[in-house]
Amino acid sequence: MIPELGHFALILALLLAVVQAAFPLAGSLSGNRPWMTMARPLAYGQLTMIAVAFLALTQAFLTSDFSVLYVAQHSNTLLPTIYKISAVWGGHEGSLLLWVLMMAAWGAAVAAFSGNLPLTVVSRVISVQGMIAIGFLLFMLLTSNPFERLFPVPAEGRDLNPLLQDPGLAIHPPMLYMGYVGFSVAFAFAVAALIGGRLDAAWARWSRPWTTVAWVFLTIGIMLGSWWAYYELGWGGWWFWDPVENASLMPWLVGTALIHSLAVTEKRAAFKSWTVLLAICAFSLSLLGTFLVRSGVLTSVHAFATDPSRGLFILLFLCVVVGGSLALYAWRAPEVSDGGRFSLLSRESALLGNNLIFVAFTVLVLFGTLAPLIYEAFNWGKISVGFPWFNKMFLALSPFLAVLIGLGPAMRWKHDEPLRLVKTLWWALALAVAVLAISALPMFNTKTLWVPVGLALAAWLLFAHIAIVRERLRNKGGLKRMGPAILADLRGSGRSFYGMVTAHVGVAMFVVGVTVLSNYQLEEDVRMSPGDSYEMAGYRFEFLGAQQAPGPNYMAQRGEFNVYRGDRQVTKLYPEKRSYMGGGMPMTEAAIDPGLFRDIYVSLGEPVGSTGDWALRLYYKPFVRWIWLGAILMALGGGLAVSDPRYRLAGAKARKPAADTAAATA
Amino acid sequence: MAMSKSVRYLTPLIVFGALVALLVWGLGQDPREVPSPLIGKPVPEFSLPALEDPNRTVTEADLKGKISLVNVWASWCNSCRAEHQALMSLSEVPDFQIVGLNWKDEAADAMRVLRLTGNPYDLNGYDPDNTVGIHWGVYGAPETFVVDQDGIIRYKHIGPIDREVWEKKLQPLVAELRARG
Repeated sequence: MIPELGHFALILALLLAVVQAAFPLAGSLSGNRPWMTMARPLAYGQLTMIAVAFLALTQAFLTSDFSVLYVAQHSNTLLPTIYKISAVWGGHEGSLLLWVLMMAAWGAAVAAFSGNLPLTVVSRVISVQGMIAIGFLLFMLLTSNPFERLFPVPAEGRDLNPLLQDPGLAIHPPMLYMGYVGFSVAFAFAVAALIGGRLDAAWARWSRPWTTVAWVFLTIGIMLGSWWAYYELGWGGWWFWDPVENASLMPWLVGTALIHSLAVTEKRAAFKSWTVLLAICAFSLSLLGTFLVRSGVLTSVHAFATDPSRGLFILLFLCVVVGGSLALYAWRAPEVSDGGRFSLLSRESALLGNNLIFVAFTVLVLFGTLAPLIYEAFNWGKISVGFPWFNKMFLALSPFLAVLIGLGPAMRWKHDEPLRLVKTLWWALALAVAVLAISALPMFNTKTLWVPVGLALAAWLLFAHIAIVRERLRNKGGLKRMGPAILADLRGSGRSFYGMVTAHVGVAMFVVGVTVLSNYQLEEDVRMSPGDSYEMAGYRFEFLGAQQAPGPNYMAQRGEFNVYRGDRQVTKLYPEKRSYMGGGMPMTEAAIDPGLFRDIYVSLGEPVGSTGDWALRLYYKPFVRWIWLGAILMALGGGLAVSDPRYRLAGAKARKPAADTAAATA
Repeated sequence: MAMSKSVRYLTPLIVFGALVALLVWGLGQDPREVPSPLIGKPVPEFSLPALEDPNRTVTEADLKGKISLVNVWASWCNSCRAEHQALMSLSEVPDFQIVGLNWKDEAADAMRVLRLTGNPYDLNGYDPDNTVGIHWGVYGAPETFVVDQDGIIRYKHIGPIDREVWEKKLQPLVAELRARG
């Protein structure tokens, strides 16, 4: 009964979405105010209906209702409760339900926190979101209904894919989807602006906080995915250029370009049509990612059970949404003025450079991901675009980006003087050059030039931003007491500035992590007998043997290691190899001793012979945490920037609606 | 002037149209069964040093008289590690030989993998520079070709072999080739 209720709620949500797509938009075009005021209640209704459906499916999982096909395929009675909940989005149908739930949540958030926006804009934005919701709800109801019944009812379900039975992966998809779907808000704002023919600074200011929040979620989502792949797949890598990873990276790259371009549009009313195009592309690439993952066009370790009819539906939907919005763009954008002029040495130029590099990254990833298809389609033969290709391409562009990130925020809008820049930044440059020279000394035994270059770029990023903060505080006369001055600034109007600084320092950390890790990590495949020791990177790994260890829904072989540095025991590690009752491939659970400056990582390979020997993989991973800490700093920076009073959303409405509307239209 | 400006704004739509055409075409293809133009043709002539013994050469003549699974692998390839266990159990089946094409790899790394985890291969050609792989149309590792007794390529599987692939695709084919003698 409850599953039917969920199914019914989805149908109602679809009907609401149709109303939501039609009436507020029609009202905004014809000036019919009652139709426009329907937008907000419809957005809340949409959220309520989908939440009911989501809870119904969750309930089916919690009670192990195997009469529901999706539950029978993705859960069983032995599954721990937390994974019964995360199993709700562990397969294709449920993850779509999570997607539409989040979409509705973003829509409701727009409805709730946009009190200071003109009603025409709100109703158009919510209408556009309704159109996207129609597509996804139709897709679910026609091809991927999570509430489909199964008869006869099996006594036991299959299992959740063991790879997904992991806390990191329980929260990774929700974060990622929050980011993907969040870009639908930026998209809706852009399309609404194109419909209205008004692309101005106010539009940029309204969509900026939404875009940044979506970007923060996507950053965290990708970071979690990378971290999960590192500890769960047992290969010790943190990025694999897998098609599905690439599918999440593309919207992130364009989204990063977008939040920078929005800054120019808000402050200088320039780059307007370009910013709109980026907003359309960010969400379009999120949709493309969905298509690639679910259509079976590309193979990947992540691919959902694929089905060409689903692929065709998403492709049609993609054509309508992306094709429609790009056609609207081609029609409306030529009327938009290009905005303020700027000289070569200006922040606009630096941000334009940033945008070009990020778009180039995106094109590279898109090309690399689709290359097997492209080459085959044109009969150019088979190519393998793998790791080395992506790495080479990214390495070639990244140094320019790093130099620009340090330079851009130091520059003034419109026009800057070379001499002033030199005065601000000379010591940051000097320190970076010093780092370059010192780390290139033979005593550091660097294998490639990339180590000194990477470290110098990271130093440049860090010191340039310290110089930029000093410069800002000098203008405010607070150079002597920097700490209190920063705090005062944070209470005032400085949050988006310090958010930017934090995110850019995160980039520096990321660069250090990638540079050190890729040049100094060690990996050994060894065969060990119980009692053997193996020495690597100054650590001695003592293997005590492997024992059977039962888990709730699996049987594990559990290895035991003592790790020593000199005579001191550093840690004990217990890597596992698990065979799940549900069948399938055995899973490797690596054992990791994490640290700020190094991880020690052991994973079990295969048992060899009959005397308890094992093939093992030992890894020494210096600075690997810096990669994810860098990403966390980027996300924190984004969060800090959004908290800037300038963007205060709901609160402002209550306190001073008049002033805000005046500012927004000014 | 006005014309060229509107064309500029149409560019994204045109690029998107091309992308859609590619994806529509891609939908009709199954990426795990990329048709190899070599199917039904004799294996391309080749000569490679054997991985285990550089003085011995592996040539197309080694693929005649017996059914062969030619498995493209490398020590750096993670999916090959996953596939290794399946190959080990297949190596006990007497109906065919397993010939490795050690592809874009270092001999020392490859030998270490075989020493540590066992060697399922009857023979291994060492192709560090993709000189042979390119004629076979290899576009990633792992890939597996089924070659019949006359040295004709019958099937190509892309991606790791697991139980399902073996039972549904490769085993029936091997049985058919054996029956034909």
